[in-house]
Amino acid sequence: MFNRFSRPLERGLMAAAAAAAGLLLFSPAAPAAPAADAASPVQMFKIGYLRRAEPGTAISRLEMPAENNGEAGALVGLDDDNDTGEFLGQKFTLVSRRLKAGEDAAKTLDDLAGQGVNFVVADLAEGALVAAADSPAAAKMLIFNVGAPDDSLRQESCRANVVHVAPSRAMLADALAQYLIWKQWRKWFLVVGSHPEDKLWADDLKRSGARFGAKIVAERVFEDRGGARQSDSGVALIQKQIPAFTQGAPAYDILLAADESAVFADYLPYRTWDPRPVAGSAGLVPTSWDPSSESWGAEQLQRRFERKFSRRMTALDMNAWTAARMIGEAAAHGAAGDAAAMKAFFLSKDFALAAFKGQKLTLRDWNLQLRQPILLSDGRNVVSVSPQEGFLHQFSELDTLGYDRPESKCHFK
Amino acid sequence: MPFQVKSLALALAAFAASAPALVVSGAVAPAFAFDAFVTNEKGDSVTVIDLDSLKVKATIPLAQRPRGIAVSPDNRKIYVALGDSDQIAIIDPQKLAVIEEFPAGRDPERVDVSPDGKTLYVTNEDSNFLTFFDAESKARLGGVRVGVEPEGLAVSPDGKLVVATTETTNMVHFVDAATRRTLANVLVDSRPRMAVFTPDGSEVWVSAEIGGDVVVLDAATRKIKDRVKFDIPGLRSENIQPVGITMSRDGKLAFVSLGPANRVAVVDVKTREVQKVLLVGQRVWHAALTPDQKYLVTANGVTNDVSVVDVASLKVVKSIQVGESPWEAAIPGPPKP
Repeated sequence: MFNRFSRPLERGLMAAAAAAAGLLLFSPAAPAAPAADAASPVQMFKIGYLRRAEPGTAISRLEMPAENNGEAGALVGLDDDNDTGEFLGQKFTLVSRRLKAGEDAAKTLDDLAGQGVNFVVADLAEGALVAAADSPAAAKMLIFNVGAPDDSLRQESCRANVVHVAPSRAMLADALAQYLIWKQWRKWFLVVGSHPEDKLWADDLKRSGARFGAKIVAERVFEDRGGARQSDSGVALIQKQIPAFTQGAPAYDILLAADESAVFADYLPYRTWDPRPVAGSAGLVPTSWDPSSESWGAEQLQRRFERKFSRRMTALDMNAWTAARMIGEAAAHGAAGDAAAMKAFFLSKDFALAAFKGQKLTLRDWNLQLRQPILLSDGRNVVSVSPQEGFLHQFSELDTLGYDRPESKCHFK
Repeated sequence: MPFQVKSLALALAAFAASAPALVVSGAVAPAFAFDAFVTNEKGDSVTVIDLDSLKVKATIPLAQRPRGIAVSPDNRKIYVALGDSDQIAIIDPQKLAVIEEFPAGRDPERVDVSPDGKTLYVTNEDSNFLTFFDAESKARLGGVRVGVEPEGLAVSPDGKLVVATTETTNMVHFVDAATRRTLANVLVDSRPRMAVFTPDGSEVWVSAEIGGDVVVLDAATRKIKDRVKFDIPGLRSENIQPVGITMSRDGKLAFVSLGPANRVAVVDVKTREVQKVLLVGQRVWHAALTPDQKYLVTANGVTNDVSVVDVASLKVVKSIQVGESPWEAAIPGPPKP
């Protein structure tokens, strides 16, 4: 299936490559890109990309995040913006910054502002994101949160200059819960990691269970005692450890793992004491993107991404692509002059983003969270897409995912 | 392959088509049994439906991912774009078989034919090109750079303009058919899927799948002049995703497929008003009218069937199972000499 990677990388090379492959078909005279109205100067847009110091980790080596995880998605989004920009006389460039350990996000943002950046795609942890948003440089900026799923950022810590492209943990939990309810798997065995974000993820799973009618029949904590995630003898050890850990649970339908730190969840499938499926942080995982998604034209985006970067597109890549496309859409509609104009555009009826998810994405005005369907992936295929049929809502079924307007604790300053 | 075979049926059909009395009088039953050709995107085939009996009469196997389908002006050839095989297949509607295939660039999605039948237009979804081919020699005549993910394709009735839509760039590109130069790039609503000219050539209708409307452009000024909105009680705006547009030959009615809303909206072309909404199969993509305008055949992508709409009564009269993921339909008239 990787033969697609051998396809010509550059548009200009297409004819030559086709000829080399014996498919002599295209004349090499590829027409020049159509120029925009020659009289008007090209409008330039500098977009910042700011990312956290720590690279993230995984249990499976197949899931180890690439060096350019996220940024690659922004770059493909920028390519799409620039392809449109050629017709409109607009050009988009990316200024990328990676925080060093202990470096102040606010300072880096100030540096970006000095380079004329008004729009920043940010893959930062909760604290750093708030600090960046509250810095003086950010006052006239719009920040696109692509990497922090924290509910607090959409609730009490919301900021008027932060748009949340990444779905919140609550949205992810609701998306999974709706499917499990549809499956009638209502008895959940919850295993929670010992890190703070594991606890937050578990809290959202509990909230979803209560909302949609599931019962947590047992809850256990999996302590992170440090050490290597995988070792030469690891397989044998895990094979003994996990059944013992999951032994003696009351009757349950599915085990939910809350393990954002990638300590144990991937070890659960096929190793639980009872033969039960796993979901949450392993098994069936709710996500904003999966490289297997091919519906609604997604195949085209996957191919563009894989051609450019010779790897598969992750959820973080997709969040960053979406942020870049949001900026491009605003620019195409003449709403990228400043942050205020752009935000007003996102909140207007004119904003309807196509992002290969089967319906338009729009922005929640109460907390600046992007409304979006959530994919449920088993790591090989998209099993389902939530919201599930039958989960109704007064205004938009997408608002059955996450904190709805009446539950909002967001008060913009 | 030249068409030297002359069967009795062909000669009769040609006679019928050239007899003015039969053509003018709408009351007379069609002298020619129409067949609908439906592409099955995942089935890698075209299903042929006899529209007298409303039964499947043949399934023509094809290479990978058939989507766009178009009929030559003489009704003797049916062109099918094969996205994953990077080819166009030519089907003989009499023999119900593929008679030729030729390479058509990367990921051809839709195909259309010039009114004189001499030029083929292809949107190459994966390479941002609108490509021109010589229908006779199959030689690539040239290409026009358009936006990201070109899909919709329409040729003006006089053959002078070709219009392509680009799904991710959200544009309609007007191209001079003779010089292959871009005349205008017009920003429309989100994810434009299909374009059609009104029969008089004065307007271009473009469906915006994510935008949820149909944008009406003036073909002469190439500016947006109107929008058709689909505010349908009981339906969520997210589910109203206009894709296919089929216009009646008299230019009075437009049938707009609304995708996951599982409905076809019947729109008065002049007033832009939705007259009626017809419940069809799930995720309705494209549709085609019989040349006598009696039936509309819709391709329903999720339910793997087509719905047959009686145009006079605007009622769905039949559902017919086809292959996997039906995408578009074409209905040739009687062959012309």
